[in-house]
Amino acid sequence: MSPPEPLSLFRPPFRNYQFDAAYDEMFASPGVPREHYKALFQTLLELPPEELRKSQQAADLSFLHQGITFTVYGNDEGTERVFPNDLLPRIIPNVEWRKIESGLTQRIAALNLFLEDIYHHGRILADGVVPRELVYSCRHFRREMRGLNVPRGIYVSICGTDLVRLPDGSFAVLEDNLRVPSGVSYMLANRKVLKKVFPTMFGDYGVCPVDHYAQALLATLRALAPANSTARHEPKVVLLTPGVFNSAYFEHTFLAQQMGIELVEGRDLLVHDNIVYMRTTAGLRRVDVIYRRVDDDFLDPLCFRRDSSLGVPGLFNAYRAGNVVLANAIGTGVADDKALYAYVPAIIRYYLGEDPILANVQTYLLNDRSQRSYVLEHLDELVVKAVGESGGYGMLIGPHSSEEDREDFRRRIEAEPRNYIAQPTLSLSRAPCFLEGEVQARHVDLRPYILYGENVTLVPGGLTRVALRRGSLVVNSSQGGGSKDTWVLRA
Amino acid sequence: MLSRVADSLYWMSRYLERAEHTARLIDVDLQLRLDQSPEAGAGRSLRLLEASQVPVPEDGELDAASLTQVLTLDRTNPSSILSCVAAARENLRQVREQCSSEMWEQLNRLYLQVNSTTAGEAWLLHSYIFFRAVREGAHLFQGVTDSTMSHGEGWQYIQLGRFVERTDELARLIGTHFGRLPHPLDQAVESEEYLEWVGLLKSCAAFEAYCKTYTAEIRPLRVAEFLLLNPEFPHSVRFSVDRVHDALVAIGELTERKAEQPVRLAGRLCATLSFSQIEEIMASGAGAYVQSVRYQCAQAHTAIQQVYFDYAVEAALVA
Repeated sequence: MSPPEPLSLFRPPFRNYQFDAAYDEMFASPGVPREHYKALFQTLLELPPEELRKSQQAADLSFLHQGITFTVYGNDEGTERVFPNDLLPRIIPNVEWRKIESGLTQRIAALNLFLEDIYHHGRILADGVVPRELVYSCRHFRREMRGLNVPRGIYVSICGTDLVRLPDGSFAVLEDNLRVPSGVSYMLANRKVLKKVFPTMFGDYGVCPVDHYAQALLATLRALAPANSTARHEPKVVLLTPGVFNSAYFEHTFLAQQMGIELVEGRDLLVHDNIVYMRTTAGLRRVDVIYRRVDDDFLDPLCFRRDSSLGVPGLFNAYRAGNVVLANAIGTGVADDKALYAYVPAIIRYYLGEDPILANVQTYLLNDRSQRSYVLEHLDELVVKAVGESGGYGMLIGPHSSEEDREDFRRRIEAEPRNYIAQPTLSLSRAPCFLEGEVQARHVDLRPYILYGENVTLVPGGLTRVALRRGSLVVNSSQGGGSKDTWVLRA
Repeated sequence: MLSRVADSLYWMSRYLERAEHTARLIDVDLQLRLDQSPEAGAGRSLRLLEASQVPVPEDGELDAASLTQVLTLDRTNPSSILSCVAAARENLRQVREQCSSEMWEQLNRLYLQVNSTTAGEAWLLHSYIFFRAVREGAHLFQGVTDSTMSHGEGWQYIQLGRFVERTDELARLIGTHFGRLPHPLDQAVESEEYLEWVGLLKSCAAFEAYCKTYTAEIRPLRVAEFLLLNPEFPHSVRFSVDRVHDALVAIGELTERKAEQPVRLAGRLCATLSFSQIEEIMASGAGAYVQSVRYQCAQAHTAIQQVYFDYAVEAALVA
């Protein structure tokens, strides 16, 4: 039997759909859709592009009216911008999801054991599996946390891990976000829109629901409540936001509302005798668990940055006294340092005695002399990242860089090698997107959200981020990225 | 409820009330100009600015277009419609998890609409459409609020803000009007004068309700009685003060605070209004009377701030 003629490729809306070395989420080969994409493919061929365009406009308007926006830093006029949403779902078969799920469960368990270890006895350092100086030179290592026992030994209870799909079709971990990962509200908002746009197809596909995320998050936070609080009353959980000017403020309000908990700012809280209170119209009320969306540095001006007006003076002492719980714990950033990332497979083997289920991306550590000289010779092929940065800032993408950029990074690396790592330029997989009235392929990644309280919970799917600019590999919202709904199939 | 949240809901509501009030004032003003001589129109414009607490421009230029611009889309004027709607939205944005999604969407939509309005649209050709949109947007927000938000503590702060603002605005408007228009109080007014008094009633959305109570014969004494002392009409001073009192009683019960000061102040004002005779008020001067109403209203506002929003921590810890 001869392969089916890829006729459809030449028909709109696929006329300009391009292929390259990257894994294509929709097509097994040009014109031949993968099994789980067939229904979407067929729908797109039959649906007049005008219909989709109208739906896209309606979706954009609904995002604007709901104020689902993020703030772009360094841009004075109109600091609020709608986070672009693409209408075509990214579909993941159940069997692939199960592997992701077990891989991420394994990873969060190991990373928590690692954090507990380095803030207590440091066995893994003594055994020479992870170099001592790598941990202690990390900007996010908090010696204030030494010897502090956190509830259930859980440091990271809310995690968002970035996965990419490699050209061979396998998923690999690109980075762990163990501090204050964001974006989960867009996952929920995208789902709400897609259910309106493709109700029939959504029903036919049998998609795993994500709507219970807020409830799962609340259960996770409650599971961390200090033992003495549950006897007193129902534990009081609050969400601490830096305030209305933070880029993720919409998400903070959204999550607080969905969970039915108070959204507080630093100025609403105060500490007296190592007990945290919030100022209410009915007087002061005790607080037990704080889901904080404020970085370590800004939490407590008495302990960390003195110029912080976002935090609560005395909060850290209350935390050490065990009268309040912070989620995530302080000092988790040491485990998502981009240089430490290279050791995560070894960390998994050390604590769990298992092989990592999800692979890492090859990473060059620049404080190693031989790796550094290799990287400096191949800057035009590699991606260089600052270890402590996130959000797509402080990056050099070799193949898309100018000679000047590379010189700049060469100088920076030579000055502070510990501050940078390099990775091969990954060809992220590409998924169909509805742009300019037709279907085009764009690079995507995937950020599932992992919760760790009484046990590990993953809401099926996550945020698929899209590099909307043609050819771009950067998916961060601050750098022209968008997002799309992720459908994990039930079977 | 967090003190900061209560504070934001209160101010959100005050700003939105002010925007609605300003929209009605200008709309009525522009309509009246069509029937009036330029001199009479200029006089009223001055009162309009005074009632809106906007300084009169030094060069005395007061054509309708620049007046409208200052009061509608001028971001440098904190009382302009745009500034008020933006401030209301900013306050609600800071507490949006406390209100219903429908409320936030409605206010956000109103803001986006006002913010995208050009000076040309707010003036002349489409002015009435613009002002109607602002009024309707505010009314819709109130309706959405009443039907989608729990009528608990947060809702009471919204009520409180709206009626504190309304009391102050009505009192100010009545004060400027009665201060400048000497006329035999208990006789029907005519021609130019008639337009002014109808204008005052319409500025309080009260013309139709007035006619139902007193017929279309406009007498200043009756206008004053209606706007100050009517217990049933939502844009009368007495009605507004009663709602302020109700909200404060409800908040006192909900928070179980032994805080009598705000309730006492509002209660005293309620009693004053319910036992006042309009003849007595006018005999000693309407201006002085509304001045006293505004002063007591401001006292209640301060007491609310001190008890619920900005209390001393030491005192609260002892309690």
